[in-house]
Amino acid sequence: MKPSDMGILIVDDEASVRDALRKWFMLDGYRVDTAEDASRALQMLQDDSWDIVLLDIKMPGMDGLELQRRIKQIDKDIITIIITAFASVDTSIQAMKEGAFDYIIKPVDPDDMSHLIRNAVQQRRLLTENLKLRQQLEEVSVPDEIVGESPAIKQVMARVATVAQTDSTVMIRGESGTGKELIALAIHSHSNRRYFPMITINCGAYTEGLLESELFGHEKGAFTGAMYRRRGKLEMADKGTIFLDEIGNIGKKMQMDLLRVIESRQFTRLGGDKEVSVDFRIVSATNRDLEMAVKDGSFREDLYYRLNVFSINLPPLRERKSDISLIARFFMKKYSRSMNKNVTDISPETLDMLMKYNWPGNIRELRNVIERAMVSVQGSRIETGDLSFPFQPSLAPSGDEDLETVEKNHIKHILARSGGKVAQAAAILGISRLTLYNKIEKYKLKK
Amino acid sequence: MSYIYLVPIHLHRSVNLEELTRCVENTFGVRTKTRSFKIDLPGTYDPIRKQYNSSLILRQLIAYPPVDACKILGITAVDLFIPILTYVFGEAQLDGIGAVVSLHRLQNQFYGLPENHTLMKDRLIKEAVHELGHTFGLLHCTNPGCALNASTYVENIDQKSHELCIDCREAIGLR
Repeated sequence: MKPSDMGILIVDDEASVRDALRKWFMLDGYRVDTAEDASRALQMLQDDSWDIVLLDIKMPGMDGLELQRRIKQIDKDIITIIITAFASVDTSIQAMKEGAFDYIIKPVDPDDMSHLIRNAVQQRRLLTENLKLRQQLEEVSVPDEIVGESPAIKQVMARVATVAQTDSTVMIRGESGTGKELIALAIHSHSNRRYFPMITINCGAYTEGLLESELFGHEKGAFTGAMYRRRGKLEMADKGTIFLDEIGNIGKKMQMDLLRVIESRQFTRLGGDKEVSVDFRIVSATNRDLEMAVKDGSFREDLYYRLNVFSINLPPLRERKSDISLIARFFMKKYSRSMNKNVTDISPETLDMLMKYNWPGNIRELRNVIERAMVSVQGSRIETGDLSFPFQPSLAPSGDEDLETVEKNHIKHILARSGGKVAQAAAILGISRLTLYNKIEKYKLKK
Repeated sequence: MSYIYLVPIHLHRSVNLEELTRCVENTFGVRTKTRSFKIDLPGTYDPIRKQYNSSLILRQLIAYPPVDACKILGITAVDLFIPILTYVFGEAQLDGIGAVVSLHRLQNQFYGLPENHTLMKDRLIKEAVHELGHTFGLLHCTNPGCALNASTYVENIDQKSHELCIDCREAIGLR
């Protein structure tokens, strides 16, 4: 940052003081201007951006103290320095309490003035830099993978926005692959805890003993192989968020331990006797019917109520089909960048096929299908032939299509899969080539 | 041909400006003339501060510039101030015509030290080049050895040279 990037505004009713300060700061290369009173200063603050304001405490009309209050309302990060005569030092101290960076008593030693301005410039630069870094951090930390325009996903995002700023415990419900972790990340990223970590633990991936050690950590020698003290995920999530994925899969003992931690925010590491206090927010997720689990006694009712303070239900992809095109294009762009390919479009036939598929694996499955298509695509557009589904696509999901349409779509799909090779397609379909030619002719299909 | 005017203001005869003249000419590549101007020094005196207002002196210095003057540097022995600061070593018009320097705080006696005429002359040259540099449009330089480096106390002046650094020289078109 050059000195000329730093704007200093001098507000004083004495022309000689204004002039002297203006000349003094200009020699250091700062952008400097002056105002003879508070109202002119406020006007100038609206017209231009200023980093440092030096203001006389005693001015006719609005005094320096009131002017400072107005300046802080405009931008609390503007550095204000009070100019005062010895007689009004008390007022200057009041100004300091109200956010002034420092004050100078007229006349001031040149060396003191020089140091003061250097420090003020440094402070302003740090504030600006800090703001910029926070903005950059926000840009990279807010997940952009939640794509969709459907009322269902909009409703989900509205609930995320509602709960994010609070510290409430959230439970995210939804089928596997619907993006529960992304929603958890969105909640964390929009919360006041966003500058601290979000720690994820997949509760279903560990045995009970291992999960205990992962969550609470352990002391050296707590069990065979515990050679060092290790911090658990709960400690790592201090001041941040702990995301407990597949919470419905934890055993009875862990349910009890977790309940105690949620209530007291304290726990002991395995093999330890010291209570560790932590401050975290819990977001959990499950695809299990927890109400049923509570009824049949496999999930503690008290823990259920502790975790399910605010619930967000993620709809399966088949219930928000209008988003498929947007999501598919989002992944297409993402993989275009990462695979360094110039793929810019998805053919209407491909989109049609994607829309008709039932997506049992939800968005995760759609992402994988697009990723595979991106590997095989040759041109700049994803065609039906580039798609491959782990499960046979259901081409008549609505069930109200006539036999001819189903046949047409099926032939079209097989032709695409076989790269337009009629003999190969006929073999897959179990019909002769001649029959297939007739069908292609009948349905006006491209080979 | 234009000149840098060196104007002694109520200066004692013992102050020799020969070395200053040579140095200014060498630094800026402009010939100098030493002349007396009519300056009402008492009129710039502030009886409360017991100091002289440098801005008012500067105003008088540049009021009627000689036709062949490209710059005018006033040299005085009185203690100078600008309203907001307790003192200044000098003052200049940025990218203007006039500047003024004071010997008052360049003398060792001011700080209770034994007189050192050579050191005072050396400091005067540095401050004269500094203030004249501003009249050529130069801002304070971050190079610690450059004469345009800002000096807020006298030890600062002793740490820098009386020459312009290469960046400052290039900025005003000097080789």
